[in-house]
Amino acid sequence: MLTKAGTEVGGRVVPWREFVQGAGKALPIVLGYVPIGIAYGVLAREAGLDLRTATAMSVLVYAGASQFIAAGMFGAGAGGVSIVLTTLLVNLRHALFSSSLAPRMARFSAGTAALVGTGITDETFAVASAEPAAQAHHPMFYYGLNLTSYAAWVLGSFLGAVLGPFLGRVADLPLDFALAAMFIYLLVVQVRSREVAATAFLAGALSLFLAAGCHTRWNVVLASVIAATVGAGCERWIKRSW
Amino acid sequence: MDKTFLVILGMAVVTYLPRALPLVVLSKARLPEGFVRWLGFIPASVLAALLAPELFLQNGQPALGPENYKLLAALPCFFVAVGTKNMLLTVLVGVAVATILYVWF
Repeated sequence: MLTKAGTEVGGRVVPWREFVQGAGKALPIVLGYVPIGIAYGVLAREAGLDLRTATAMSVLVYAGASQFIAAGMFGAGAGGVSIVLTTLLVNLRHALFSSSLAPRMARFSAGTAALVGTGITDETFAVASAEPAAQAHHPMFYYGLNLTSYAAWVLGSFLGAVLGPFLGRVADLPLDFALAAMFIYLLVVQVRSREVAATAFLAGALSLFLAAGCHTRWNVVLASVIAATVGAGCERWIKRSW
Repeated sequence: MDKTFLVILGMAVVTYLPRALPLVVLSKARLPEGFVRWLGFIPASVLAALLAPELFLQNGQPALGPENYKLLAALPCFFVAVGTKNMLLTVLVGVAVATILYVWF
């Protein structure tokens, strides 16, 4: 039955409005995922993966950076175990995002939380955590956000894998800057206090140093954990001494 | 089932677990207040940690000059974000400026 708030299924109202709101928040992600997915599809085909395999990786793994690396490793003839282990290392950062979102989902069932978890990426996490914490979202919000982003990634990958040979230089255009621009916006919105601004500055500097100076892929996790620890510690120390 | 597909299945498993496990376990647990406050600093830290290498490095090397079109394109993005608080507009301006700078130089 259709009510003003949504469709009634098994005595419960499904709020489609929340789904649509989540899908709308995914729009900038779509603008970034389609071109990056195309770039991945092109690269995967060049590395020797067939159309089905290249697309299956996007459907099943759904993690950009690790897919680029895996495609390269497949192309270089790397062993399966080393590809899986590398994927684990590159994608462990999601555990940090997942932990950070957990307090917002205290009222979700374990199954719902497990389903929402499938869609966590750098970008969906950034958008979800920019929502005011006081505003409790229905799971449908997260499904809208995650499914729209996922669809864009799979569609982009498929297009890239199909059209790869015909795209030529169009695939080189910096359309993926959409994601960097979205991060800039989200950072501007997230910085609500001087403590958070200083913490973000420290995280950025550490990440730069780790990426350029130490050539580690752990720059995001290490820089975030260290900066958040310093930020939370200083905040506590300042509040105590006043 | 061919070997490549098995490897992809393995990749899927090791990617899914870190995504979902903390959410399932920690959303049910009562977290210490200090830990929740610490988690509150994580989103801004992650954003800055993702952005800084993207904007300031080219091919793994620091690039602060005008040849770094991403750094140049970041400036109008910042001002649009601060001025309008509109995510889609920020993204559209960013992509447009980055594309123009990239084609130009």
